[in-house]
Amino acid sequence: MSTQAPQTAYKMKTPPRTMTGAEAVVACLLEEGVDTIFGYPGGAIMPVYDAFYDYQDHLKHILVRHEQGAVHAAQGYARVSNRVGVCIATSGPGATNLITGIADAQIDSTPLVCITGQVGSHLLGTDAFQETDVIGISMPVTKWNYQITKAEDIPAAFAKAFYIARSGRPGPVLLDITKDAQFNKLDFKYEPCTGIRSYAPYPKSRPDDIIAAASLLNSAKKPYILVGHGVLISEAQEEFRAFVEKTGIPVASTLMGLSAFPCDHPLYVGYLGMHGNYGPNVKTNQADVILAVGMRFDDRVTGNLASYAKQAKVIHIEIDPSEIGKNVKPEVAINADAKEALLALMPHVHERTHTAWIQEFKDCDAIEHEKVIKREFTLPENSIKMANVVERISRKTSGEAIVVTDVGQHQMVVSRYYAFRGHENNVTSGGLGTMGFALPAAIGAKFARPNDEVIAVIGDGGFQMTLQELGTIFQEETGVKIVLLNNNFLGMVRQWQQLFFDRRYSFVEMKNPNFIKIAEGFGITARKIEHPSELDAALDEMLAHKGPYFLEVVVEREENVFPMVPTGASVADIRLE
Amino acid sequence: MNQPKKLFTIIAFTENRIGLLNRITIIFTRRHINIESLTTSECEVEGVHRFTITTRTTEERAVKVVKQIEKLVEVIKASLHAEDETIYQELALYKIDALKIAADGTFTAFLNTLKKYNAGIQSAEKEYIIVQKLGRRVEIFMLLDALKEYHVLEFAKSGRVAMTRSANDLDQYLREMEATRAAEEIEAIGV
Ligand SMILES: Cc1ncc(C[n+]2csc(CCOP(=O)(O)OP(=O)(O)O)c2C)c(N)n1
Repeated sequence: MSTQAPQTAYKMKTPPRTMTGAEAVVACLLEEGVDTIFGYPGGAIMPVYDAFYDYQDHLKHILVRHEQGAVHAAQGYARVSNRVGVCIATSGPGATNLITGIADAQIDSTPLVCITGQVGSHLLGTDAFQETDVIGISMPVTKWNYQITKAEDIPAAFAKAFYIARSGRPGPVLLDITKDAQFNKLDFKYEPCTGIRSYAPYPKSRPDDIIAAASLLNSAKKPYILVGHGVLISEAQEEFRAFVEKTGIPVASTLMGLSAFPCDHPLYVGYLGMHGNYGPNVKTNQADVILAVGMRFDDRVTGNLASYAKQAKVIHIEIDPSEIGKNVKPEVAINADAKEALLALMPHVHERTHTAWIQEFKDCDAIEHEKVIKREFTLPENSIKMANVVERISRKTSGEAIVVTDVGQHQMVVSRYYAFRGHENNVTSGGLGTMGFALPAAIGAKFARPNDEVIAVIGDGGFQMTLQELGTIFQEETGVKIVLLNNNFLGMVRQWQQLFFDRRYSFVEMKNPNFIKIAEGFGITARKIEHPSELDAALDEMLAHKGPYFLEVVVEREENVFPMVPTGASVADIRLE
Repeated sequence: MNQPKKLFTIIAFTENRIGLLNRITIIFTRRHINIESLTTSECEVEGVHRFTITTRTTEERAVKVVKQIEKLVEVIKASLHAEDETIYQELALYKIDALKIAADGTFTAFLNTLKKYNAGIQSAEKEYIIVQKLGRRVEIFMLLDALKEYHVLEFAKSGRVAMTRSANDLDQYLREMEATRAAEEIEAIGV
C-alpha cells in the first residue's frame, strides 16, 4: 500500500493524558483512522469493551456471531478499501476462532490488525481459565505478532502493528493484550510508526533491471502479461492500464488479480489457472517473454512447474523478495512495488501492437466458446446452471458490483463468467480456499463501501459453515445480496470424485435444511427458484431490493467446471471436457 | 531439483526479541529441513543478536530458507555461506574416566593423544578428567574416536561460531538502512 506513506500534517486526535490501557486501545484505533471494527466480547477483553461503550460515536463496533465471522469481515473490509481491517476477540476460544481468517489473510496479503484479550500477566503459562498461547499458535500465520503485558507499551505496539500490516506486502498482525495491561494506567501519547530498522518494506527497482526488462519486452515477438493481486494492493490499476495500452501486450489475470484490469478491455485475454480460460493457459507455453506483475506463480496457476513456460523469458515484478525465484526462475527480477516498477518501466518500453499474437488468443477463445461457454450460457429448459446465474448477474450489474465468493465450483464459475470491470470488486479466498469466507467477508465489504452493490455468491456447503452471520446482517441491516447456488452437493469435491476417483461419491451429498425459513428467521427477505423461467425476474427483484436479500437458486446437481488443468498436468494440457 | 545436499552456514542478525528463535525454527520445520546446529549470541552492535545455523540441504532450498528468514520483520539481515566461505570453530568437552586410566596405566599415551589432536585438559578430578578441544567438526569427532579406549563418560559439543570471509560491517549496514529510511520518509512527505 504505497500510498499510505507517513503523513506530514499528523494531528493527534487524542490529547495526551492519563488513561487506562483499555481506553488507550480505543485511542490508538482512532489515531490510526479506524472507524469500524468487527468483534465478539469475552472475559479477557472486557476492559476494552467497556471503553468501546464510551466511544460509540467514533468507533462503530459490529457484533458478529462467531469470531471467524469477525476476521473474515475485517478481511472483506480491507480487501475492497485497501485500509487495515480490524477485529477483536477474547482470549482462549475467541482467539483460536480467529486463526482460520488470519491464515487466510496471510496467504492473500490482506492487512489486518487482530486484537485478542489475554489472561493477566501473572497467570501466563499457568493454564489459567481461557488462557491459550495465541502468540505461539499464530506465529506461522501472521506477518508479525506481539504480546502486550504493560499498559505503557500499548501506543508503540499499535503504531508498529498498523505500520507492519499495511506496508510492503501487507498481512495480518496480532496483538495479544493481557488483562492487567488493559486495566493499568499510562500517559497516553501517540506517535505513528514510520519505519523499523530491521524491516525494509519498499525495495526500489534497479535501473539495470528496468533496462533489461524493457529491452526484452521491446524485442519480444509473443509477449504476455500475467497480472496479480499486487497491482490492486499497490493501487496501480491506472499505471498498469497505461502500460498495457502502450505496449499492446495481451493480459491474463490470476484469480486474485481479477478486477485489476477490466475484463472487457480489448487487450484482456482471460483468466489463468486450473479452471481458467483455454487461451491464457495454453499460450503460457508459447509466449517468448512473460511479464508477471504482482503475482506469485501459485501452483493453481502453473500446474506442473517442470513444464511451465520453459520456453519463455520471465520478468517478475514482485515486492516480496522471497517470492522471486521461489517457483519460477525469472530472467529479470524487479524487486519493487508494482506501481513504482511500472512507472519506472514506462518510459523505456516501445509503443507496439501484436495483432497476430492476439489473434492466436482469439482463436483459442473461439474453441473454448464452442466447446464450453456456448453450452454453459444456454439456459436449459428445466434446470438452471451456475453459469446462467453468474452471467446474468454480470450483465445486470455491468460487472461493477462487488462480488464476494466462497470456495468451490461456484467460485470458479464466478471467476470465469463475472466480467469484472469495477474498482477492486473481486473478493475471494484465493490462497487458503476457506469455505465459509463469503458471507462474513461480504458483510465487511459492505461496511467499507456502503454505496456499492455487494453480492455474495455461495455454495450450499460453504454457506452452512458461517450462516450464523445472517444474525449480524439482521442486527445491522447490512444490505448485502446473498445468492446461494444450491446443488445439494459439495460440488467441487464431487467433481473430483467423479473425474479422478471413479465416481465414488464419498460423503459429498448434503441433506439441506429449508434455507428460506432460515433466512426469514433472521428477518431477511428470501426467495427460492428452481425453474429457468424465474431466473431473470428473481435477479431483478433481488437487485432492486433495498436492504439484505437472500436468493436460493437450485442448480443442476452434477455440473462440472471446465476447462480444467488436472493436478500435476501441464497448463498446455488443459482439458476442455 | 536434484541438487546434492551440502552443509551450509546461515548467519542472521536480528533484533533481540522474545520468540524470534521460534519464528526462525518454524521456517525449517515447515519445510522438513533439519537444523544441524544453532548458536545464538550477542554481536558487535548492542541490542543485535546473531544466529549461526548450520543445515544440510540443497543449495536451492537453502537460498529459499534464507529469504524466508530475512522476510521476518525483526530480522535485520540473513546470509548463506558454503563451507569454504566461512571460518568457524566449534567447542567440545569430553569427560574421561580417570580411574580407568590409572588402573590401565595409560596416562602417557592419553597425553600424547591430546597433544596429537591439539586438545587440552580443562580440569582434572579424582574420578574424571575433562578434555577441551576447539576446532572443526571432523577433528572433534576424530578425537572422540581416539578417546574411546579411555572410556568417554560424557561428550558435549557446541554449535558453530562462524565468521564470513568477507569484510562486511553490520554497524555500517544499519546506518545505511537508517539513511535510506529517512530519505524515503522525506520523499513521502514531499519535502
Ligand atoms: C473449510 C474448508 N473445508 C473443506 C474444504 C474443501 N472443499 C473445497 S470445495 C468444497 C465443496 C464446496 O461445496 P459448496 O460450498 O456446496 O460449493 P460448490 O462446489 O457446490 O459450488 C470443499 C469441501 C475447503 N475448501 N474449506
